[in-house]
Amino acid sequence: MSSAMIDLILEATLDTLYMVAVSGTISALVGIPLGVLLYVTRPGQVLAQPVTSAVLGVVTNIGRSIPFIILMVAIIPFTRMLVGTSIGTNAAAVPLTIAAIPFIARLVEGALNEINPGLVEAAQSMGATPWQIILKVLLPEARGGIFTALTVTVVTLVSYSAMAGAVGGGGLGDLGIRYGYNRFNPTIMLITVAILVVMVQGFQSLGDYLVRKSDHK
Amino acid sequence: MIRLHNVSKTYTLKGRRDDGGSPRTVQALKHIDFHVPAGRIHGVIGLSGAGKSTLIRCVNLLERPTTGIVTVNGQELTALSGPALNAARHGIGMIFQHFNLLTSRTVFANVALPLELMGMRRGEIRERVTPLLELVGLDDKASQYPAQLSGGQKQRVAIARALASRPKVLLCDEATSALDPQTTASILALLRDINRKLGLTILLITHEMEVVKSICHRVSLISDGELVEEAEVGDFFTAPQTRLGRDFLNDFLKLEPPRALIDRLEENPSRHSHPVVRLAFSGDAVSTPLISRLARECGVDVSILQAKVESIQERTLGLMIAELMGSSDKTREALDYLESHDLHVEVLGHVQRND
Repeated sequence: MSSAMIDLILEATLDTLYMVAVSGTISALVGIPLGVLLYVTRPGQVLAQPVTSAVLGVVTNIGRSIPFIILMVAIIPFTRMLVGTSIGTNAAAVPLTIAAIPFIARLVEGALNEINPGLVEAAQSMGATPWQIILKVLLPEARGGIFTALTVTVVTLVSYSAMAGAVGGGGLGDLGIRYGYNRFNPTIMLITVAILVVMVQGFQSLGDYLVRKSDHK
Repeated sequence: MIRLHNVSKTYTLKGRRDDGGSPRTVQALKHIDFHVPAGRIHGVIGLSGAGKSTLIRCVNLLERPTTGIVTVNGQELTALSGPALNAARHGIGMIFQHFNLLTSRTVFANVALPLELMGMRRGEIRERVTPLLELVGLDDKASQYPAQLSGGQKQRVAIARALASRPKVLLCDEATSALDPQTTASILALLRDINRKLGLTILLITHEMEVVKSICHRVSLISDGELVEEAEVGDFFTAPQTRLGRDFLNDFLKLEPPRALIDRLEENPSRHSHPVVRLAFSGDAVSTPLISRLARECGVDVSILQAKVESIQERTLGLMIAELMGSSDKTREALDYLESHDLHVEVLGHVQRND
């Protein structure tokens, strides 16, 4: 394999990691609070707000129901406004982030749902404010579940980022399609797939480790 | 210290009625009035679904009463909300049937939680938590997680946690119902200890007479959302006033006439029958040789079917089911004699003479 080819693979790997890192970080920063909000505004919860809860639920569901490939194309004007261009890794990171936010939010809400309601009641009996309940009870108790949610999201982002080629986003998926499929180069195809497998395996192992470390049940 | 005045709680059930009328409601508490003076241990006993849990949750407003006034430590809680209510709750500790410890925190950090919520500094928290862990006998477990502890140890941590903010009142929601008898005894001993040492007022709810017997000063009986009976524990165990109270007591003491006899019991006396009585005696009467006197002075024979002596805290309580054998005049006289000696006598029925 030529050194140019190796450079290409290396660059594509870094592009994928970059897209996953940027969209993963931003979507976690937005998605985790949104998940918490989805949970605590439910009827009977510490900040019960039936209207807010219903509106957030619908918005989240809409976000989750749009196929990623359509979302990516549909929000091109927004992407251009945000990062100044509609092609490249930065441009691909925008739809990836937007798709991942409601995804994380629902998973986090599910993780919070696993918490024994008695713990919240105990904290209330101690005079905890809703904010204290979120910071000192809900988030720490759901830490393992939240790590699981983030791991699933990152792995999903790795696979979604392969579609970023459709907007010239680069990355391993794009490389595999253009060189491996369109130019009939099975070696490239195999290498990109192999790198993706290793990458997903790595993220999963890291996630499992963090979940194990935070679980004292 | 704890005062409930005309407290009612009504739940509205979800879903509409088929006929489109007003939503269905369930009245979980009906006009509850009661008072626990400072330093006392008050038990509320009742069957499941009687409203015990709702009652205790109304004391610290985990459930807000639909109507009525709750006063704890001189503060009218029902008039408070938000930060003022949270501040008042720092003065009320609570422990639960399933402990409700945070799994993500160590024993030490669990006990520290209420202090963190109050905004106490780290150094101060350490000074407060360490002696509490010593008090409950878990100072060597400070850095362990709740999952590594037994049920009894978990409840000890929960007690230390409830005491951390130095409350005046401790609420116990079925605190020993998930524990085995031995562990229950040790947790109850700890609660009694705390009550004596710290002068803490304790309100507990339970379905176990054992709990009432071993630590309560006074007991209320709740049934279908209403307090139907309230008495000092010694009196309650000697002479419960209601049917439900007697059921609880008989169930606890396992003092029922033999089955074969129950079948033969008749409600009204006839010419050839003997009364079967349940006698309860406490205090001096326990040490008086009543049965032999009955034979000597009233001329009736006493056949003891079942008997038991219980110690209820400092009081001794004797219980007996006996058949009084003699002519109807003599047995009448014997019953009067017993009643005049401060015995609680209940005629269970009459059996025909065999001879």
